[in-house]
Amino acid sequence: MADNQSENFTINFGPQHPATHGVLRLVLEMSGEVVDRADPHIGLLHRGTEKLIEHKTYMQAVPYFDRLDYTSPMSEEHAFALAVERLLGIEAPPRAQYIRVMYAEITRVLNHILNLTSYAMDVGAMTPILWGFEVRENGLELYERVSGARMHANYFRPGGVAADLPAGLTESISAWCDEVSTFIVDMERMLTGNRIFRQRTVDIGKISAEDAMDWGFTGPCLRASGVPWDLRKAQPYDCYADLDFDVPVGKNGDCFDRYLVRVEEMRQSVRLVRQCLQKLPTGPVKVDDRKIAPPPRAEMKRSMEALIHHFKLFSEGFHVPAGETYTAVEAPKGEFAVFLISDGSNRPYRCHIRSPGFAHLQATNVLASGHMLADLTAIIGSLDIVFGEIDR
Amino acid sequence: MADLWTNFLWPLILILIKIMAFVLPLLMAVAYLTYAERKVIAAMHLRKGPNVVGPFGLLQPMADGLKLFIKETVVPTGANPLVFLLAPVVTFVLALVGWAVIPVADGWVIADINVGILYLFAVSSLGIYGIIMAGWASNSKYSFLGALRSAAQMVSYEVSIGFVIISVLMSAGSLNLSNIVRAQSGLWYFIPHFPMFVLFLISALAETNRTPFDLPEAESELVGGYNTEYSAMTFAMFFLGEYANMILMSSLCTILFLGGWLPPVAVAPFTWVPGIVWFALKVAAVLFFYLWARATLPRYRYDQLMRLGWKIFLPLSLGWVVVTAVALHLFGWLPK
Repeated sequence: MADNQSENFTINFGPQHPATHGVLRLVLEMSGEVVDRADPHIGLLHRGTEKLIEHKTYMQAVPYFDRLDYTSPMSEEHAFALAVERLLGIEAPPRAQYIRVMYAEITRVLNHILNLTSYAMDVGAMTPILWGFEVRENGLELYERVSGARMHANYFRPGGVAADLPAGLTESISAWCDEVSTFIVDMERMLTGNRIFRQRTVDIGKISAEDAMDWGFTGPCLRASGVPWDLRKAQPYDCYADLDFDVPVGKNGDCFDRYLVRVEEMRQSVRLVRQCLQKLPTGPVKVDDRKIAPPPRAEMKRSMEALIHHFKLFSEGFHVPAGETYTAVEAPKGEFAVFLISDGSNRPYRCHIRSPGFAHLQATNVLASGHMLADLTAIIGSLDIVFGEIDR
Repeated sequence: MADLWTNFLWPLILILIKIMAFVLPLLMAVAYLTYAERKVIAAMHLRKGPNVVGPFGLLQPMADGLKLFIKETVVPTGANPLVFLLAPVVTFVLALVGWAVIPVADGWVIADINVGILYLFAVSSLGIYGIIMAGWASNSKYSFLGALRSAAQMVSYEVSIGFVIISVLMSAGSLNLSNIVRAQSGLWYFIPHFPMFVLFLISALAETNRTPFDLPEAESELVGGYNTEYSAMTFAMFFLGEYANMILMSSLCTILFLGGWLPPVAVAPFTWVPGIVWFALKVAAVLFFYLWARATLPRYRYDQLMRLGWKIFLPLSLGWVVVTAVALHLFGWLPK
């Protein structure tokens, strides 16, 4: 038998490879064009976020969340804001909740645009990404209008949001929703019915519902396998319970279903944003508790107490009662959660971050073995991997 | 001495002049094909494309060429330097050599040989060597995989291109490209041979490694395929070779199916236009198809590409050869 055995071909796929979405490194064992084993190596973007957060006040910790999954910053902030609110035992006022949900859904659209179009580019179609970037850029402008930053918004805060919507923004958001709807139609025309795209994605990287759950899949990747699990429905947070939306579910759990689920999620997100715009209540956008939310500027000019509150909040920060919480949100990529332990001080004792991409990445080997090298790029694209949140 | 001059030197000089008159416009066409590609694709992407260097970015190809020219040629440590440097030369030279038999207008051809099409076929088959040599000599895994893919792909599609050409040859009754064009003066072959025309267009995409068959240089899988390790002029040679090949295949398509230099209708205003203009317009139309496909389509996977070539194109083209032969015989249309 010895003369029949050939040695496998080992390829180092990444970290500097055009298809690896950041700094993914895969060590591939190939027999010819077929992948025998895909071994993901992580840690190339490790920044020690969790440890850094232990040394920051609760409010200073928020910007770190923008930098985890940098394609969907506000969803990450959302998880942290909710976790801190839960420990504090407060709830954001209704207007803040609606704004947060609206921006979380805008974030979902932005994330899916980037993912689907770059996924299409991985299988060779280069036009959708250029169309998508224009729409995405206009979406990021909505970020900028509300927070002053295109990406790292630092907008969702424990107790509400940083500031109310500026005048005229709601009209822009509504116009942007139309733009997204048109874009979805255009993108689908390029990809969904395209025979080559289908040949490249249907039945590639298939995973059954049980396997998907065993590997810790969440979000669109899990729903593509046919499990209707969505935290927005299963354990609604903020105002999701008052809103009407559907959860798209796939059938086969292959790359094509993951694509379809995300496309439909974009439509549902647009629907949610429109509902939020309609129902947007008036009122304050942060809790009326000066120990947690800073006072308005104008008040500080008059009130000594407000000035002291402001100083204390931005130097010492607020204290959070001792306790622990696991708070999860349905981020665009899946269940993004914060496990927060407070020892009663002004800084978290421990902040563990559960990132969906980490769980998805570990299944690369299961999904990719037996497929060809070209399928691997389709699989990585369909898993929606962003290294900011995997390496943290 | 006078003998040597009239029999040998003067014809040699004449041929050299002819070659220069052919190759220089060709290289310009290649340069501006890259510009056209960037502009056309940019328009489809809703971008602007090159618009900074010169008016409308028209000097961009020159700037790119200059950039590649003044860069350092890097030969990787593990590479075989001789083969590594020879490979782009082979590709480039073969891409130019094929043009010797292409008639761009009536009588405008360097070598009007009777086996023109066989010559072209031979040259384009040799083109694979450049790529295999590049893949092997680079001593890089990506290049190696890319070269293997490319070799397999070009060989597979050449088979069906061969059968497509046979159908045309039977109808024209000649292997001489000029005669093939003349035989189309009544009816361009893309009408009777429409299925083969489509098949040829698609196979030509595969033959020149263009989207959706650009697997040899699939950047999302193999980084750059066979030219991963190349830089500066060595890369430029591959690049020029690839684009010259694109134009060559488009010309071949024009000659075989679109009536070469012939005007669409042989009546007054059309016949005033010189043949070269018609030829160039037709080639440009075919090239536009190449660019359009690039902006629109995703990439095939290796096995799907092979399946398409061997299981669909080959039987189809083979069947069409039989159909053509039977039709020509039954209706007495065989060329004299």
